[in-house]
Amino acid sequence: MSELEVNVTVNGRPFRRRIEPRLLLSDFIRHEIGLTGTHVGCENGVCGACTVLLDGLSTRSCCTLAVQADGRSVETVESLGRVSNLSPLQRGFWEKHGLQCGYCTPGMLMLMTELLRENPNPDRETIRLRLNDNICRCTGYEDIVSSVECAVELMRGDKVVR
Amino acid sequence: MAEAGKIHSPPAGRQKERSDQRLNVIGTRMLRKEDPRFLTGRGRFIDDIALPHMAHAAALRSPHAHARIKSIEKTAAQALPGVIAVITGEDAAKETGPLPCFANPPVEQRCIALGKVRHVGEPVVLVVADTRYIAEDAIGLIKVDYEPLPAVSDMMDAINSRGDAVLHPERGPDNVAEHRNYVFGPVEAEFAQAAHVIKRHLRWSRSGGQPIETCGAVASFDEGSEKFTIYVNSSMYNYIGFTIAAALKVGSHQVNLIPVDAGGSFGSKLFLHKVAVLAALGARATGQPVKYIEDRIDNITACDGHGSDRTYDVELAIDADHKMTALRYKVVDDYGAYFQFGLGTHGNGFSQTVGPYKIRAVGAEIYAVFTNKCQQGACRGFGSEVTNFMIERIVDAAVDELGLDPIKFRRDNFIAPEEFPYQIPTGNLYDSGNYPGALDMALQMLDYDGWREKQNAARTQGRYVGIGVASCQEKGVFSATEFWMLNRAPGFALTSSPESASIKIDATGKAIISLHAPCWGNSPETVATMVLAEQLGLDPADINVAYSDTDHGLPGTGPGGSRYTVMITGAVTGACAILKEKLKRVASHMLEAGPHDLEFRNGKIGVKGASGLEVSIAEVATQSHFFRLSFPDDPDLTSGLDANYTYDHPLATLPKSDSDFGIFYPIMGHMCHMPVVEVDAKTGQVSFLDYVAVHDCGTMINPMTVDGHVRGGTAQGIGTALLEHYQYDKDGQPLNINFTDYVMPRIGNLPPQVRIGHLVTPSPYTEYGVKGAGEGGRMVAPPAIACAIEDALRPLGVRIDTLPVTPSRLRALIREAEAKKGIR
Repeated sequence: MSELEVNVTVNGRPFRRRIEPRLLLSDFIRHEIGLTGTHVGCENGVCGACTVLLDGLSTRSCCTLAVQADGRSVETVESLGRVSNLSPLQRGFWEKHGLQCGYCTPGMLMLMTELLRENPNPDRETIRLRLNDNICRCTGYEDIVSSVECAVELMRGDKVVR
Repeated sequence: MAEAGKIHSPPAGRQKERSDQRLNVIGTRMLRKEDPRFLTGRGRFIDDIALPHMAHAAALRSPHAHARIKSIEKTAAQALPGVIAVITGEDAAKETGPLPCFANPPVEQRCIALGKVRHVGEPVVLVVADTRYIAEDAIGLIKVDYEPLPAVSDMMDAINSRGDAVLHPERGPDNVAEHRNYVFGPVEAEFAQAAHVIKRHLRWSRSGGQPIETCGAVASFDEGSEKFTIYVNSSMYNYIGFTIAAALKVGSHQVNLIPVDAGGSFGSKLFLHKVAVLAALGARATGQPVKYIEDRIDNITACDGHGSDRTYDVELAIDADHKMTALRYKVVDDYGAYFQFGLGTHGNGFSQTVGPYKIRAVGAEIYAVFTNKCQQGACRGFGSEVTNFMIERIVDAAVDELGLDPIKFRRDNFIAPEEFPYQIPTGNLYDSGNYPGALDMALQMLDYDGWREKQNAARTQGRYVGIGVASCQEKGVFSATEFWMLNRAPGFALTSSPESASIKIDATGKAIISLHAPCWGNSPETVATMVLAEQLGLDPADINVAYSDTDHGLPGTGPGGSRYTVMITGAVTGACAILKEKLKRVASHMLEAGPHDLEFRNGKIGVKGASGLEVSIAEVATQSHFFRLSFPDDPDLTSGLDANYTYDHPLATLPKSDSDFGIFYPIMGHMCHMPVVEVDAKTGQVSFLDYVAVHDCGTMINPMTVDGHVRGGTAQGIGTALLEHYQYDKDGQPLNINFTDYVMPRIGNLPPQVRIGHLVTPSPYTEYGVKGAGEGGRMVAPPAIACAIEDALRPLGVRIDTLPVTPSRLRALIREAEAKKGIR
């Protein structure tokens, strides 16, 4: 199959690759760029484990072709904090037990990153409404809502952690 | 025969750490050790494994539920550039034997169908190619000539199947995989004397763990050492992993199984064999590492991990004082096309088959049948969640028919707190419990009387509000000895179900704990770290946890059956006892004091009564590792500071007979759930107004992670009760093979809050009194919700006998009830 050249910025870094036009964005991120934090769950856009931000908008990377990201900017979970310096959102998930197996977590984090950029002060109901986009099989979601609330407090400086 | 009742001379346990001591780390809400890597996208899941020169495999799935494979035309696929190997069932049969099966006689399952396909989705051809995309292209070029056979989809039809409709003719002339009759106690006599006999026909539909990550494996084969290396997201590899080697026709020393983080399991990845054998087969055939990851359709149709699929005809005997005396049921269970764990999911239920009640006798007639569906595996509860549903539904039926109070009837029949340890008719033992305490806590937390008032007010407005109650058991820590009595001929008859921990304290005083089973989304690193920190006073930040492969693995059965926290707590405690001994020996020379005059205090070892005379564990570790000549030439003082400990089951006995299984699942948790629901009678939609969940899992290592299990398990139980169902049509075609059609709970399906209450009744047999907590939520929510819906619709007289209670099913029931009452 003929290949196309794409230029995609991933987490601020430009990547140029020759790829088949049918290559999925999720496979491009995971296997071409090697960022395996983005996970694939249902492969038809239902569960949201593969959620990344494409030009700032939450996007199912398993249902997006990599060529659709040509000339655009992708943000993945690896763009957030590191283990030694977690972002407030990651810290909130840690504090409030917002994850168990961790498989859906990167998608949840990116979905909530988008929400908190739009609305840095969401109430519980707003968080719940947005969380309805993604599936978590471990937590029952309640602790994820609390995690995002905790992140909001951390970002506001109302709460300080060790 | 095992007589039900309190055991007056209980078995001596091996508990070393009592539950009534003051603890520093255990019981705190320590943040999880596992989380930072997952939060930063640095977990290592199966699809994250990439080996040099790795090829990719995909499977051609059977489109037929039941068919003979007449011929396979694979030349076009082989000719496609990038294709490395095209492997049929006949090719695979030259290199591999049957997949592991723990039923006896075993049911033959192949990694690639040989001669016949028995369910939609079963692998027919494996293609290995440079990329997964090319492998899938090649699958489209393969032509298979099938001769369709009669498909069996209905479990009742399966009992009477004959001829070509029989899936495994070598086992007999029909599709009955097993038919057993078990009698525990004087069942007939109790029913003969009963004042009331309550009967119900119940239906529990097939659902599954359905984790967000599918199953997969990455295998390589080293020609030089003739050894396979297989990464796989399975558990139990240090228990029964050798059976994978047998399937590959090599010795177990020629396979190294390496664990990875599992993206959820909920039982479904308890023991994965097919994916590991497929990847290894591809690796040996191509001389390259091969990755095989199920896609979602593979997972739903062929993961070998569907849950129970049962109908019950159940009867409860009740005496004139409204005491339950005996339970009798006939159950038919649709196991699908194969029978990997035999009747395991029914043996599991025998551990708690009387629930929390003083029922004296139990009769169980079990039909396990084959149909042309994905086979059953494990699913959170391992069959006991269905037993709980059956018990609580028949209890509610008694309440309904005899006009009883649902709270009082339960309370009057509970095993009393002073009656433990208590033996149930199957021979299993309940170690401890406080069932009225859990009920009272739930009543108070819910404000039960207040909700009854609100319910009455709602009814006057034409609203259907219902309050549910379910009091259920959560068996913990299996010994697997019940399997002795499940096979007709001796089969999976072992008596060990151990768990190990290896601890190394390095020369600088930092500790590495090696576990011998994987991270499954539970919190093994957190638990092991907390127990070690408690034992030695180390800073949790100075402790890391690693996972052994089978080359380095000690006996480990792995997470499952709500056992892992109990077992690694025991294993780490045991390893610490060895370390403490050595630490004291070394320190006694450093401090010039006898070992018996030393004590552990806050990460240090000091002389009793002399507050300044002490050395840190790090100092002892340095001496122990590097300064051998400072100490006597005593074999107890060899260099280094490490310990391996294998913790055996804390309390199990040999099975006696098929009417007395002995003690096999004794660490008994308990839950009381009280949901409040509202039913929209026009749409059949059920919504939650409140939800109280009281759990008793003994001493909690980490209440935060227990809460997480309760919430997550309850969410899955709500899915089982209201949404989830793997549906097959009459021809065995699966109808919902993706997440659009197989509906699982989203946040909007769940209560805004599950209010959790903890009751703590420690086990007298486990270290610190810990019990299991992993399965409880899913084991109690379904009957609690069925009860609540029935309560809401009591004015209409709707009965809930079938799960899931989808809106369409509930609307049908409401329509029927309204028609009966002449309401339109």
